[in-house]
Amino acid sequence: MKFVDEFRDGQLAEGIAGAIRKTVEVNRRYHFMEFCGGHTHAIARYGIPDLLPDNVRMIHGPGCPVCVLPIGRIDLAIRLALEHGVILCSYGDTLRVPASNGLSLLRAKALVDKARGDIRMIYSPNDALKIARENPSRQVVFFAIGFETTTPPTAVALLTAEREGLQNFSVLCCHVLTPAAITHILDSPEVRDLGLVALDGFIGPAHVSTVIGSQPYEFFAEEYRKPVVIAGFEPLDVMQAILMLIRQVNTGNYRVENEFTRAVTREGNRKAQALVAECFELRKQFEWRGLGEVPYSALKIRERLAAFDAETRFNLTYQPVPDHKSCECGAILRGVKHPTDCKLFGMVCTPDSPMGSCMVSSEGCCAAHYTYGRHKDHPQGHATS
Amino acid sequence: MKSDYSRPLDLKHGRVDLSHGGGGRAMQQLIRELFARHLGNELLAQSNDGTVLPSQQGRLVMSTDSHVVAPLFFPGGDIGALSVHGTVNDVAVMGATPLWLSAGFILEEGFPLADLDRIVRSMAEAARHAGVQIVTGDTKVVEQGKGDGVFITTTGIGVLPDGIDLSGANARPGDAVLISGSIGDHGMAIMSQRENLAFDAPIVSDSAPLNSLTAALLASQIELRLMRDPTRGGLAATLNEIATQAGVGITLFESAIPIKPAVEAACELLGLDPLNIANEGKLIVVCAADSAPSALEVLRAHPLGREAAIIGTITADPNRFVQMQTRFGGRRMVDWLSGEQLPRIC
Ligand code: SF4
Repeated sequence: MKFVDEFRDGQLAEGIAGAIRKTVEVNRRYHFMEFCGGHTHAIARYGIPDLLPDNVRMIHGPGCPVCVLPIGRIDLAIRLALEHGVILCSYGDTLRVPASNGLSLLRAKALVDKARGDIRMIYSPNDALKIARENPSRQVVFFAIGFETTTPPTAVALLTAEREGLQNFSVLCCHVLTPAAITHILDSPEVRDLGLVALDGFIGPAHVSTVIGSQPYEFFAEEYRKPVVIAGFEPLDVMQAILMLIRQVNTGNYRVENEFTRAVTREGNRKAQALVAECFELRKQFEWRGLGEVPYSALKIRERLAAFDAETRFNLTYQPVPDHKSCECGAILRGVKHPTDCKLFGMVCTPDSPMGSCMVSSEGCCAAHYTYGRHKDHPQGHATS
Repeated sequence: MKSDYSRPLDLKHGRVDLSHGGGGRAMQQLIRELFARHLGNELLAQSNDGTVLPSQQGRLVMSTDSHVVAPLFFPGGDIGALSVHGTVNDVAVMGATPLWLSAGFILEEGFPLADLDRIVRSMAEAARHAGVQIVTGDTKVVEQGKGDGVFITTTGIGVLPDGIDLSGANARPGDAVLISGSIGDHGMAIMSQRENLAFDAPIVSDSAPLNSLTAALLASQIELRLMRDPTRGGLAATLNEIATQAGVGITLFESAIPIKPAVEAACELLGLDPLNIANEGKLIVVCAADSAPSALEVLRAHPLGREAAIIGTITADPNRFVQMQTRFGGRRMVDWLSGEQLPRIC
């Protein structure tokens, strides 16, 4: 179990921090986006910004799967439990995402008539399959969310249900794709035309890349001339990636580098990709919370498996719902604003009563800043003893 | 006259039924053959509506705690022992000597009497070990589906000698913060059972009575400001309470905080922060900085404090922030937990 510590050794961190200080060019500014919520969390939890020079700034990207889930999708899940009487199975951190009418899955859980429906927290799609087998007379729906890492397990669950002929199991598919979101950000007017957001490179997600490989990012290096370094979630991984990005920026030689050689290959996991291709196809459009409609950025269940698609089975129609009008999640997820730019931050919007999705998961940038970083917003924040 | 024959309680296969809370003979039998048999003492034996307690020198401290835990039995303890330790510790950290407890049981219809017997025996053992008596009690039975096996509420009374004041408001800038041992053991013992996390060796709860440890500190010459036991919400919640109460800030040193590798790994796996995880046998001590080395010595000399450490310092901070110097060299806030602990998905 020692492995957890090895990666957090403060001395090693200081070593990399020293190398970063030596490598940065003083009259340059470096703006890097960590795409993934796992990185956002590590950066905040270990206080990484304190170790970086002033001209290196991290921007939090939209890679927290819970944060990008639009209200309308949560509403669908809530409707399934409350109106269609299904047992809705969801990952834990999705439960608190605010939806319409002041509801969330957690609040709806307290409302459901347990004889008719239920909302249960699970750890994997297998748990949902098990619930379906144990309750043959009830409809069980797995609320499938997440990026490329969580997609293969959902595919396995669908194929298992098909093989076993599980009549009472279906999936509400909300899986989204990483490269599409990155492209969307790079194409956004703030970045592309207005130059409001300087983006000098990306830290790419480790877990996602073990599945899709590093190849999909090559496009960003070639077409958009942005360096990408794929990094693990340990704080040292993140530091190392920042150093590698700085070197690329300095030399002007943009490519995809892989800090996370432990598990990422160029091709990724072919078997997992095949499973996903067998079960899912691209959606033409999908609404992301904060980013709006993003073309070809999400997956839907293939026609062949339509019997296990909750949207088909329960005849669901998606109803988009706008976010709270003062919520700046969208601008924050695109890197245009910082959590403290939102006037709701820390006032009406806190992790205990989130108004927007960025405040929900510990990987969301508003929650990460509130929980780990808000001492920096106060002049006396750096207290003396 | 011959007394009516009644079949003894079937402690092997019997189950709680509604009559056990009905106030009739069945309830009397449950009290006699199960509760009184294990918990019996001369005060409980008064058998009146209330128990008359002998008068004491000093002020009285009273505290109450309700216990709901699933699973009821876990590595390192069970709900019975936990319900004694929880209340004994709340009284002890005030600087008082805990003397008496009351125990209220809410039983669910259908609950196995064998399990109840095991729980009450464990309570009796825990009370003996902590040197307290259970002097009054109550039992109610709820229909099946309306409880979770058994809920236990205990209330404790202890005596506080004059001159001792250990309020959370006492912390002052410059004071040292100590902990008596590793954090997160209880919460992760429970959670790893619930989530079926298999480890080579199971994580064991730290459930234990702290009154002999607090007594040792009080008997020494240490300039104590306050003591607390960081239960629900973990170290983070308790330190935030202290900061709020005393109007100070706190800075922790992550590398000094003792934590078992298995607990840390389980937290990592479930995406939880060990600072938010419950403890049931750990003591936080805040004392004058000069006294910190002797406090550490007293703690380490006690079997429950062998891994004690100085983990932080009280700071002057009008924002009342609890912050931590991370092992990594950065600084971050240590906040209250928001809502319930919900594991992250990836
Ligand atoms: S603070 Fe709350 S309302 Fe404001 S952007 Fe963040 S999540 Fe949205």
